[in-house]
Amino acid sequence: MESDNLEFILDHYKNPRNFGTIEDADLSYEEGIPSCGDVIRLDLRIKDKVLEDVKFSGTGCAISQASVSILTENVTGKNVEDVLSLTDQDMLEALGGQVSPIRFKCALLGLTVLKKALSGNNSN
Amino acid sequence: MEELIKPPSFKPETIKKDFPILKRNVNGKPLIYLDNAATSQKPECVIDCIDNYYKNHNSNIHRGVHTLSYESTVMYEDAHKKVADFIGARDWKEIVFTRNATESINLLAYGWGLHNLKEGDEILITIMEHHSNIVPWQMLRDIRGIKINVLGVNEKGDLKLEELSGVLSDKTKLVCVIHASNVLGTVNPVKLITEEAKKVGALVLIDAAQSAPHIPIDVQDIDCDFLVASGHKMMGPTGIGFLYGCSELLEKMEPFMYGGDMIEKVTLTKSTWNELPWKFEAGTPNIAGGIGLGAAVDYIQDIGLQNIYNHEEELLSYALEKMSEYDWINIYGHKGDSESVGVISFNVEGVHPHDVAGMLDEQGIAIRSGHHCAQPLMQELSMDYAARMSFYLYNTKDEIDLCVETLKKVKTLFG
Repeated sequence: MESDNLEFILDHYKNPRNFGTIEDADLSYEEGIPSCGDVIRLDLRIKDKVLEDVKFSGTGCAISQASVSILTENVTGKNVEDVLSLTDQDMLEALGGQVSPIRFKCALLGLTVLKKALSGNNSN
Repeated sequence: MEELIKPPSFKPETIKKDFPILKRNVNGKPLIYLDNAATSQKPECVIDCIDNYYKNHNSNIHRGVHTLSYESTVMYEDAHKKVADFIGARDWKEIVFTRNATESINLLAYGWGLHNLKEGDEILITIMEHHSNIVPWQMLRDIRGIKINVLGVNEKGDLKLEELSGVLSDKTKLVCVIHASNVLGTVNPVKLITEEAKKVGALVLIDAAQSAPHIPIDVQDIDCDFLVASGHKMMGPTGIGFLYGCSELLEKMEPFMYGGDMIEKVTLTKSTWNELPWKFEAGTPNIAGGIGLGAAVDYIQDIGLQNIYNHEEELLSYALEKMSEYDWINIYGHKGDSESVGVISFNVEGVHPHDVAGMLDEQGIAIRSGHHCAQPLMQELSMDYAARMSFYLYNTKDEIDLCVETLKKVKTLFG
């Protein structure tokens, strides 16, 4: 990993954005990776099909925690449909495009949780 | 402590040359392989042996009278004999080849446990067990209504042996003990535990997956009833492991899997079982794997397991000394009275072990991170995750130096 990119990830890991919970969230979902123990929970507030507020909590490695932090920044204020159309590739690019394939699982956990939280509930 | 005997051939640098994979680079750096507790690398002689089998002898065993079938059968049986000799079994027919230690334990759970245990019976395990020596017994608990007792561990990394007599009773039918912990490296006093278990009439199963590659084992000296191990951790191929069982018990046991080669006579209404060990090796087995495991045992015997053990002990104390210079490295275990194998679980303060492992990987250094398939032990010791380095005969002090240097960089970077 190039050092600029690493700095970017470490910054999000050490100073996670949107970390916390939403008490009366419209949607919440939590999932982990059993093989490594990483867990991410997302609480969402949605108004007029727009993600008004996104908060995450959980534990895990720098890649999983930084990627969900970056994701929350990128999707807040976005239309639910647009968020659902985000691809794994979009997520990897948002991370700087230099995550090793070994760590894809960590990098994509946040997006998986977000999509599962939204799926079936995107008209909310 | 055994005298340090290192023949001229035992130099890690020379030994490295026997392992083709250790010549490769990872991320532009020479590979430093410190994940031996997960699986070991394979020497050229093992790879060649499998290659030779498929090129020159490939055929099914115990069937047909043609030359190839005869050669395969002899090679495969010889591999059982090598393993028997390696662990001091009385007879090679006491060695059953399986896929791995996990399958060996399942064989016992189904073949022995299902037919011999009833409600009210108890099994004793230790909290150090790998999931493979916990989950099959939970299956039996749910089917047969048996109770599972657990012997705990203290914070130094030793089993609480003072509690052993309290958890053993005439209800205890089986005691399952991991010989060497894959998390802490602790070598448990299996002979003593076996002695105590025998006093209440319990059978004893030793999980030697983490010890057989590193410590000389004599099943007759331990006096255990069963012992299991995996070939891939002792330089053999994956997909082959073994169960040792004392023949009187194996004779009485029901098969685990049913089908071809495990039978003596089949009619449409009734079948009888083949002699040992074939009663437990249904279907065409992993012939190439078995022969490869035999070659791995030959390789270990040539070098001398005691020499391998001594070398690893040297590496272990060197690494422990180096790592304990830094108060931000937390090492688990290695504080008790027990011997240890070359396994060090640790955490770099403030850094997730996946990140530690990831940064080391960028330097070509392979270590494990995670829960190491021993979640109950990790929970007991309040370790959510840990990084783990584990040594084998081809590792060197220089590699440990490089690893510790990289850990320092990781610590600086993560702050």
